[in-house]
Amino acid sequence: MHDQPSVSELVQAVKNFVDETAMTHLKGRAGFHARVASNVLGTVLRDLEDRAANEAEEKRRLTDLLQADPGESLDSLNRALQAKIRAGELTIQSQDLVNHLKMTAIAQIKVDQPTYSGLANALKE
Amino acid sequence: MEKLCFPLNVAKMSDTQEFRRRLQTVLRSVYDNGLTVETANRLSGGASQETWLITLEGNGTPETLILRRAPEGTESTPDSAAIGLPNEAKLIRAAEAEGVPVPSVIHVLEPDEGLGEGFFMSRVEGETIARRILRNDEYAQARGALPAQCGKALAGIHSIRVDGDPALKVSTGLDQLTYYEDIYQSTGACRPIFDLAMVWLRENAPAPLEAVLVHGDFRLGNIMVDEQGLAAVLDWELCHLGDPREDIAWMCTNSWRFGQSDKRLGGFGDVEPLLEAYAAMGGQSLTAKEIDWWEVLSSIKWGVMCMLMYESFRSGADPSVERAAIGRRVSETEMDLINLLEEQRHA
Repeated sequence: MHDQPSVSELVQAVKNFVDETAMTHLKGRAGFHARVASNVLGTVLRDLEDRAANEAEEKRRLTDLLQADPGESLDSLNRALQAKIRAGELTIQSQDLVNHLKMTAIAQIKVDQPTYSGLANALKE
Repeated sequence: MEKLCFPLNVAKMSDTQEFRRRLQTVLRSVYDNGLTVETANRLSGGASQETWLITLEGNGTPETLILRRAPEGTESTPDSAAIGLPNEAKLIRAAEAEGVPVPSVIHVLEPDEGLGEGFFMSRVEGETIARRILRNDEYAQARGALPAQCGKALAGIHSIRVDGDPALKVSTGLDQLTYYEDIYQSTGACRPIFDLAMVWLRENAPAPLEAVLVHGDFRLGNIMVDEQGLAAVLDWELCHLGDPREDIAWMCTNSWRFGQSDKRLGGFGDVEPLLEAYAAMGGQSLTAKEIDWWEVLSSIKWGVMCMLMYESFRSGADPSVERAAIGRRVSETEMDLINLLEEQRHA
């Protein structure tokens, strides 16, 4: 398959249309939804860009933390982590657990809502 | 297509006229006056609850009024936590008697008035949009006054006696944790930060304080603010009996600081002056640290509410972009939760 334009370029083009044309013509509830749509397209672009690297990092950290088989999927690693937390085997007293979860949350919020105040708080601490 | 649209438009028009005629009949009897309803504009509200701004022309009547109502056939709200509009009116009147700034309830709708359930209340001037209250110069003095004013208002709300009111359910901190934990687990989501926070909350739950009337949604957005500060406490539909710390912590939740994270109380102030005013007005004597557990619970609640709103998109019930997008705001509460849990680790 060709990629000229690439998926990211296409999404960017739609975002440009929403920002520069649609939003200026819409008022009230429709205008609000146009702004939401523009923010969503920003998230889509960041997700396309960062997901592969973020998931590889998350998987590497989880494999270490759980001393798991490197072949395990990210989903099954997260389910295993959830089970250990539920069983009280990993608590907030585990620095490794807190570090992992914090790095995961930072990577996710950078994609989802990079201007959220909680991200600045996490980076400041 | 035109054939279909035309009668629908006519029906809509006559509905509007009939609605205004009924409003006018009720208000003429309330004010014992030949007033005219000039306009009635829907301001906001979901499918089952509406808020209307009504303008009047008449001697000795206010120029504007607010109507909160649920149209006939929609009296039972789909949100089981909401107490219903007649109860809301009753509590607003009780709050006014305690000196809490609220709109005045002018008339509670009767079934034979043909307007559904609801009530008319006075229109309080001011601002509800949090970002304006937090950033605009004209609210600088208000921001300074708000912490103590909120403390005083909460002390008033929490002192309202509602013994035996069947509409008001008791919901303690652990009840709420169980409620939101069940919803989280039923979605099948695997978000280990939520699991860690829920386990921590269960293991560190403080003894409950004596149950009081709790507002349930006390935060910027649900209070009217003018240049002097708190003008009115609004949105009483989530009132219940519970722990007084719930209301204080909800306003402290980072999600409700609207970007001004360094000010713990709503993005405008510190929680200590609220607690001082609260105790001075007869509320429990509390420390800022006693709010921590409740702030973690508040982030869980908002996170699970975001998950639920996204579920309404995923199920097809609400196809709007806004409902889809809110699913990508759950990570805001995850970020806050891990920041809060890390502080607890060092505490």
